Amino acid sequence: MEETVKDIISKEKEEYTINMGPQHPSTHGVLRFVVSLRGEIVKNVEPHLGYIHRGIEKMCESITYPQIIHLTDRMDYLSAHINNEAVCLTVEKALEVDIPDRIKVIRTIMSELTRIQSHQLFWASYGMDLGGQTCFFYGLRDREKVLDIFEETTGGRMIVSYNCPGGLMYDLHPNFQKRVKDFIKYFRKILPEYDAILTGNVIFRERSIGIGPLSLEDAISYGVTGPSGRASGFSCDVRKHEPYSAYDRVKFNEVLYKEGDTYHRYLARIEEMRESMNIIDQLIDNIPEGPYAVKMKPVIKLPEGEYYQRVETARGELGVFIISDGNKNPYRVKFRSPNFVNLGVLNLISKDFKIADLVAIAGSLDFVIPDIDR
Amino acid sequence: MNKIELGEFIKSTDQDLEIKEGKQFVEVTLPPSKLYSLAKQLKEREEVKFDFLDCLSGVDYGHDLGVVYHLRSTIYEHAIVLKTRTSDRENPKLDSVSDLWRTAEFHEREVYDLLGIKFNNHPDLRRLFLDNSWGFPLRKDYVDDITIVTK
Repeated sequence: MEETVKDIISKEKEEYTINMGPQHPSTHGVLRFVVSLRGEIVKNVEPHLGYIHRGIEKMCESITYPQIIHLTDRMDYLSAHINNEAVCLTVEKALEVDIPDRIKVIRTIMSELTRIQSHQLFWASYGMDLGGQTCFFYGLRDREKVLDIFEETTGGRMIVSYNCPGGLMYDLHPNFQKRVKDFIKYFRKILPEYDAILTGNVIFRERSIGIGPLSLEDAISYGVTGPSGRASGFSCDVRKHEPYSAYDRVKFNEVLYKEGDTYHRYLARIEEMRESMNIIDQLIDNIPEGPYAVKMKPVIKLPEGEYYQRVETARGELGVFIISDGNKNPYRVKFRSPNFVNLGVLNLISKDFKIADLVAIAGSLDFVIPDIDR
Repeated sequence: MNKIELGEFIKSTDQDLEIKEGKQFVEVTLPPSKLYSLAKQLKEREEVKFDFLDCLSGVDYGHDLGVVYHLRSTIYEHAIVLKTRTSDRENPKLDSVSDLWRTAEFHEREVYDLLGIKFNNHPDLRRLFLDNSWGFPLRKDYVDDITIVTK
């Protein structure tokens, strides 16, 4: 039977698909969603990946362990330091190297600074996604201060490459402690402003409370970790459950909520900035003396075997799985990247919400696309 | 449960499985045919309750293709590693665990994309990053025409 015009129109009214991305301001990079809509209601979201797939896992198989550090920087570029730490910890665990306290403490402080600047950028871009341009300027203004601290000590601002197997690339800059303390003092004063601009804003609350709820069961089943998982009540903080570096000697709270909507995913990150500042406070005055790196062999070869190490990046749990055959380059490296896993839940939680809410939901999961594609 | 108890639990479900107590995890090597039933038991049995699939990695062992599962329990905080491998390189097939842990859906698509391992009963098995015309880059016999990656 031939289709009449009326048939076609009524079919189109049922469901139609549009492309969101790969070049779209609210996907925060080259990520493409194919969205099925009924009217304004999202029925299905299908992510298409691979626009910046560089084959990092394959590349790792042909380079040495100290070189891998420079690739992991480029996965989740907002948690660059923590990614490096993950690889270093895996290598050190395999070689059973004892790491002096000084290195552990410095790594922890740098990790927490990384977390703060990452959440600052989240706050900035999330505010902008939901129409608050001011957030973007405020967030980036404060983030610059952390990046300046990084630049002074490591020479890099975002891609720091400060860790290396066995310790750190260089010692701290003499100004480091003072600048960090100044920053904490400054940021403690500024953080309530963040709340005043965005957290209490009526439009923001209307657009985020109750949007995209994720239940605890789904969070565990989909493996959603990090602040996004903890907003649903999934206690998944690796810093608490499997402390690495100096996390076993600091007191901090794991930020947990029950609601699991976009508002609480946002709130979890704001609270985590406070916790991070508390952690830095406890450590910054007691950085022990000692060497900044352990002397390692010029060519690092891991003993044959399999090694798995997880760390808590700003977005969730990063797992590094190395299979070694005893050579100077790994046999297989797998990165369990938090963004890749968190992306899997997007379709579930954005179903039956409006397309404008999809921006809010995707923003609240805080994707960094190079980490998804690797 | 500690490692010894976990090892005993696995033994109680199936006598023939190869169990190794590694430095980090209890490692169970099992044939593909037994994978799904053991995974289901680990997920559902109240004593162990492995409800969190941490990591799923495909590996090319040279002769065989395999998959390594890192499982974790959020209640008891213990962990276990399952390993399975198939010697069929032309048409490798394993059972999907995506109905037990939904996160496996994405992981398995990635493994299919980069290693060419197919998963039975996967709801949506398509390539994830690469075009259909690509080979399977994480295989050791992959030839890179452009030779950006050489070893």
